[in-house]
Amino acid sequence: MACATCLTHGSDVATPGDKLLEVDHLCVTFATEAGAAKVLDGVNLTIRAGEIMGLVGESGCGKTTLANTILGILAGNARAEAGRVWFAGEDLFALPQRRMARDVRGRRITFIPQDPFGSFNPLFSVGAQTRELMKWKSPRRAPGEHQGLAGFFARYPRARRRADAEAIVQMLRSVQMPDPAATAGKLPHEFSGGQRQRLMIALALLPQPQLVIADEPTTALDVTIQAQILKLLKQLAKSRGISVLFTTHDLGTAYEICDRITVMYAGQEVESAPVADFFGRPQHPYTVRLLESLPRPGRELREIGGEIPRLIDPPSGCRFHPRCARASEICRKERPPATSLGGGHEVRCYHPVETPP
Amino acid sequence: MRTARDIALKLIGDPSAALGLLIIVALVAVAVLAPLIATHPEAVWDMNPRDRLLPPSETYLFGTDRMGADIFSRILFGARITLTIAIVAVGAALMIGVPIGLISGWCGNWLGEALLRVSDIFLAVPQIVLAIAISQTLGPSIENVILALSVTYWPWFTRLVHAEVRALRHETFIEAAIALGVPTWRIVLLHVLPSVLSPIIVRTSIGMGFTILTASALGFLGLGAPPPAPEWGRMISEAREFLPEAWWSALAPGLAIFLVVMGFNLLGDGLRDVLDPRIRRGNPGR
Amino acid sequence: MRIAALILVRVAWLAPTLAGLVAIVFVISRVIPSDPVALLAGETASRAQIELLRQKLGLDRPLPRQLLDYYGQLARGDLGTSLFTTRAVWDDLSARLPATMELTIAAMILAVALGIPLGVVAALYRNRPTDHALRVVSVAGLALASFWLALMLQLFFAMDLRWLPLQARITGFPPPPITGFYVIDAVLEGNFKRLGDVFAHLILPAVTLAIPALATVVRFTRAGVLETLQRPFVTYQRAMGIPAGLIVWKYVLRNSLVSTVTQIGLLFGILLAGAVVIETVFQWPGIGAYAFEAILHSDYAAVMGFTVYAGVVFGIVNLIVDILHAVLDPRGTAA
Ligand SMILES: Nc1ncnc2c1ncn2[C@@H]1O[C@H](COP(=O)(O)OP(=O)(O)O)[C@@H](O)[C@H]1O
Ligand code: SF4
Ligand SMILES: [Mg+2]
Repeated sequence: MACATCLTHGSDVATPGDKLLEVDHLCVTFATEAGAAKVLDGVNLTIRAGEIMGLVGESGCGKTTLANTILGILAGNARAEAGRVWFAGEDLFALPQRRMARDVRGRRITFIPQDPFGSFNPLFSVGAQTRELMKWKSPRRAPGEHQGLAGFFARYPRARRRADAEAIVQMLRSVQMPDPAATAGKLPHEFSGGQRQRLMIALALLPQPQLVIADEPTTALDVTIQAQILKLLKQLAKSRGISVLFTTHDLGTAYEICDRITVMYAGQEVESAPVADFFGRPQHPYTVRLLESLPRPGRELREIGGEIPRLIDPPSGCRFHPRCARASEICRKERPPATSLGGGHEVRCYHPVETPP
Repeated sequence: MRTARDIALKLIGDPSAALGLLIIVALVAVAVLAPLIATHPEAVWDMNPRDRLLPPSETYLFGTDRMGADIFSRILFGARITLTIAIVAVGAALMIGVPIGLISGWCGNWLGEALLRVSDIFLAVPQIVLAIAISQTLGPSIENVILALSVTYWPWFTRLVHAEVRALRHETFIEAAIALGVPTWRIVLLHVLPSVLSPIIVRTSIGMGFTILTASALGFLGLGAPPPAPEWGRMISEAREFLPEAWWSALAPGLAIFLVVMGFNLLGDGLRDVLDPRIRRGNPGR
Repeated sequence: MRIAALILVRVAWLAPTLAGLVAIVFVISRVIPSDPVALLAGETASRAQIELLRQKLGLDRPLPRQLLDYYGQLARGDLGTSLFTTRAVWDDLSARLPATMELTIAAMILAVALGIPLGVVAALYRNRPTDHALRVVSVAGLALASFWLALMLQLFFAMDLRWLPLQARITGFPPPPITGFYVIDAVLEGNFKRLGDVFAHLILPAVTLAIPALATVVRFTRAGVLETLQRPFVTYQRAMGIPAGLIVWKYVLRNSLVSTVTQIGLLFGILLAGAVVIETVFQWPGIGAYAFEAILHSDYAAVMGFTVYAGVVFGIVNLIVDILHAVLDPRGTAA
């Protein structure tokens, strides 16, 4: 209480190279009219401090579900059946909902949405929405401030408000908003799509988080703007040492921004590697097919033969086997274990593709 | 296209819609079988001064009124009046409102606009204000109540159908029919009308409930069926001067109105969910 | 600019709509079997006296002529003279308007203050017991005959328990009006004993009037909130850990209210319609009861005056609703 400006979680700041986020054998099912859909089935994912991790997979493979699980905002019909999410050494599933909302979401883990159009409330000025976020999530917020019902009616302390306002202007400058002073008074619809996504990046960085989850942040934008936004995100994250979980269905986009890439197929991760290794030495048949379908960066991953499996009764064993040319008996029986190829390159396949070194 | 059987099954599956349907079936049964069910069918219109204002008992389930008539029996016979008014008035409003809505929605020209404006005029004051004026002018009778209610309710159907038809006009299947040279009357009757049927059915159910409420208000104000008729609204107004002693004489007819209107509203809600998920639950149909 | 254009169009349409309304009621009210002039002149009046009165009132001229005369009169802001109170209809209505306004506003406050929170709760607990219960209650609220509810409340709270007065606006003779709103007048005079009395008289009619409106508000709010909850900004705020209560009661509610506001016109219609019947039951000296008496007495001028009055008020309310909507939703983007 003596120090109003100290970080709530100062002691937890991880040093570069440490594991920051570890998703361990995560299984999530959705209850649907047709039955239980096993949308995530034993997903593993590790992000180190300061690292930008790309999570790549076709639409519907469960990227958003994974992001929502980490954030603890799964839909009402979803259930995490098994697995753990470790964040900076803490088991997020063991945290009470209230602490998750207060100390993790928007604070240590922030979020950049896919849809910068709909993700602003159209009736409130950008300034009002930014202030609301900072009222609850500012790094200058004292640990004991505004809690429970009292916090609901609590004022935004004057001194912190002023410091936050300054931080906001600086951040708007960092994301290259043309006129930071005039920005606050405007309504969301007065900004272009690219500007709105810059604002979203600003909002995600303002609380000084350890991890930013960016769920397809450029999918809704013009191709010409995508590259600028990615560059900006990468530069800001790197300069602040913030880790990023970047989901996309576009390998070209992932190539531009990521340090490492994890490929997910139908709710299971299949290969994970540093970006150079990933493009130079792909091992998993699915990864290879993805790369083959990508004559040049920027192209979407659509033209892969076969259908994405139904998740209500998914294929047994390796979920890719119905579409895999190399599939054998064992592939249909049991999910392949993770094989390490060194240098942080892991693959889950019984018959990995031989690629010349 | 869902079949009638699917719709019926879904309706019955929704507890509140099923309850609504049950109430309405019961109402119809009661209206038809009133002479058989009534415990004192003879005492509905006759005076029976010895048994005046008796509280509910085994002989008189809901007690007796100021004339000594059995309230239970009167309510059963009153169901006939209620049902007649609702069916005829809403039916007439449908006959007037739907064609006008079809025409005004289909013809985007001055005619459509003019028809719409005429319906607006009727909506410029609450329905009951016009209905009171009309039934007072024409004199208290069931026929005049029906006339007043249908003359004031049709614009709701016009508005509804108009909006639906406007939205439909640019659907591919309609434009294709126009391009193929199908005669207009065929397009309207065979393609447009079936497509707007769902909201019309929903509105009809809710309109029945609303019409019963308005009709009973007219009866209460002395503008409905003349005295001996066991009209529920009038029964309540007649019971007024014997409050608080003869409380039963006001209680039962009010509950009857409540139950029946509730039935139509629940059914309307259920139909809305099954037939027309686009319409938001919440429009009370006024 | 957009709002100015909106006002212009609406006002331009109001005049012909009212003219049409007047024509309809005019025609209807002239087909009367009874002869109000004879009634007015009294039983002892001779034929000649009746004819004279008829001429004086202009009722001997052809119908279209009378209608045109009436339009001219309306254009001058004159609603005519009531045959029964023998006062200008405008004065009668103005004198009685505060009573109706006080009642309607009280009912509106009740309906909105209770209906919006209940609607939000119903949406949050969608398809759970709370929602089902609220749904049944709101359907029931729309199924009650208001005059019967009024009687039952009178029976229970006024006659049986004797907690509240049976009818009227105030005990004894009405005090000389300042604003005509008894609540405000009592406060202005600092007469808190009278304020209590006025409130006691207001409760039963206001509750009766509020019930169907309340049910409507609950249903619209529920629908609006459910729709808004689906929108991406709700997911975004959740993902950023904004307190859940704040998301619902500040952001979601604000967006749903935009669509709820459009229904205020409808709500007002329900209240105005209810006032005619409820004022009669509670002997509430407002314009609703006035209209009903006028209709019973075949008081042309008063009936016409009330209809035009109601049409104008209704038109203005709808105009205000449209403006409010345009202001609340700067770009037509809310739920
Ligand atoms: N609330 C839900 N209820 C049922 N199924 C859902 C729900 N949300 C997502 N799904 C299903 O989960 C799968 C993964 O969805 P998602 O995580 O959004 O994929 P991605 O983000 O990779 O496109 C899809 O098949 C989708 O249909
Ligand atoms: S495990 Fe078998 S089926 Fe799966 S990708 Fe490897 S080879 Fe193909
Ligand atoms: Mg997604």
